[in-house]
Amino acid sequence: MAGNALHAILLIAVMAIVTALLRCLPFFLFGGKRKTSPFIAYLGKYLPYAMMGMLLIYCYKGVSLTHAPFGAPELLAGLLVVLLHIWKRNSLLSIGLGTVCYMLLIQFVF
Amino acid sequence: MKKQKYAILLKTAFIKTLPVMAGYLVLGMGFGILLQDKGYGPLWAFGMSVTMFAGSMQYVAVDLLASGASLISAAIMTLMVNARHLFYGISMIDRYKGAGRKKPYLMFALTDETYSLICSEKVPEGANPHLFYFMISLLDQCYWVIGSTLGAVLGSLITFSTAGVDFAMTALFVSIFTEQWLSTRQHTPALIGVLATLACLILFGADRFLIPAMLVILTALCTLRPHIERNAAAETEEQQDGR
Repeated sequence: MAGNALHAILLIAVMAIVTALLRCLPFFLFGGKRKTSPFIAYLGKYLPYAMMGMLLIYCYKGVSLTHAPFGAPELLAGLLVVLLHIWKRNSLLSIGLGTVCYMLLIQFVF
Repeated sequence: MKKQKYAILLKTAFIKTLPVMAGYLVLGMGFGILLQDKGYGPLWAFGMSVTMFAGSMQYVAVDLLASGASLISAAIMTLMVNARHLFYGISMIDRYKGAGRKKPYLMFALTDETYSLICSEKVPEGANPHLFYFMISLLDQCYWVIGSTLGAVLGSLITFSTAGVDFAMTALFVSIFTEQWLSTRQHTPALIGVLATLACLILFGADRFLIPAMLVILTALCTLRPHIERNAAAETEEQQDGR
C-alpha cells in the first residue's frame, strides 16, 4: 500500500457513496410526502418475500453439487432449520440448533 | 419510567439481533483478517465498516484495494454487487415514513440482515417502531464494526476452532423464509424469488447472477400482479368468513 493511502481512501469513499446512494435512492424517488403509488405499495408488500427467496439462494451459491460432500452439510443443516421452524416457530431455536448442527457436520462428519 | 421502557425495547432488539451478531462477528473478523493481510490495519477496517457497512462488498473491496483498482471500476463493481439494496429501499418506503431524524441512518444501514429482521419482526406493542428499527440497525452495525476491527487487530493470531459459525447467517435467512412461507398462503412471490434466482445462478454463474435475478423478479412480479392481488383478496375474504 505505502504511498497509495490517498488512492485507498478515495476508493473507500467511492464505494461507500455508491452503496449509500443505492440504499437511499428509492426513498428519494418514491418517498416524499405524497401518498405512495399503488404500484410501489404493491412492490413494497411482495418484494420482501421474493427477496428472501433470492437471499436464500445467494447463501447457497458457493455450494458445489458436483464435488464431495455435494453441499450435504449446508443442505442438511438448512433442512433442520426449516423443520425446527415449522415445529416450534422460534427463530432463535431454529437458527441456534441449525448453526450448531452445521458446525458439528463440517468439523466432525464431512 | 421512560428509561426503563428504552431498556426493555433495547433488550428485545438485542435478542432479535443475536443471530446477526453471530454471523457479523465471524464474517467481520474474516474481513478484518483478509484486510490486514493486504497491509491495511485495524483503522482501515474500522473506517470501512463505519462508512460502507456492506458485508459482501467489503470482501470485494479488499481485492480492489490490494490491486489498486481505478475509482470508476470500483464504482461499477459496487453498483453490481449492491444493486439489490434498491429493492430493499422500495420495500421500506412506507415502514420508514415519519421516522424523522432517524431516517437517514435507517436508510444508510439497510443491509441484507437488517432488512430481513425489520421485514420479519413485529414491533413490540406500544413501542415506537422507528426507534425499534433504529436499535436493530445500530446494533447490527456495532457487531460488524467490532468484528472487523477485531479481525484486523488479531490478524493471523487466531486459528478458528469455530469453523462454521457463519452459517448463522444462512440459518437466519432460512428461518425467515420459512416463517414468511408459513404466515401466508400467497406463495407466488416467494417462489418467484427462489426460482428466478436459481435459474439465473445456473445460467449466469455465481459471480453475476444477482442483477439478472433482480430483473427477472421485478418482471415476474409485474406480470403476475393481477394474479397475486386476486389471491391476496381471496385470502383476506376467507379469513373474514372464517370468523
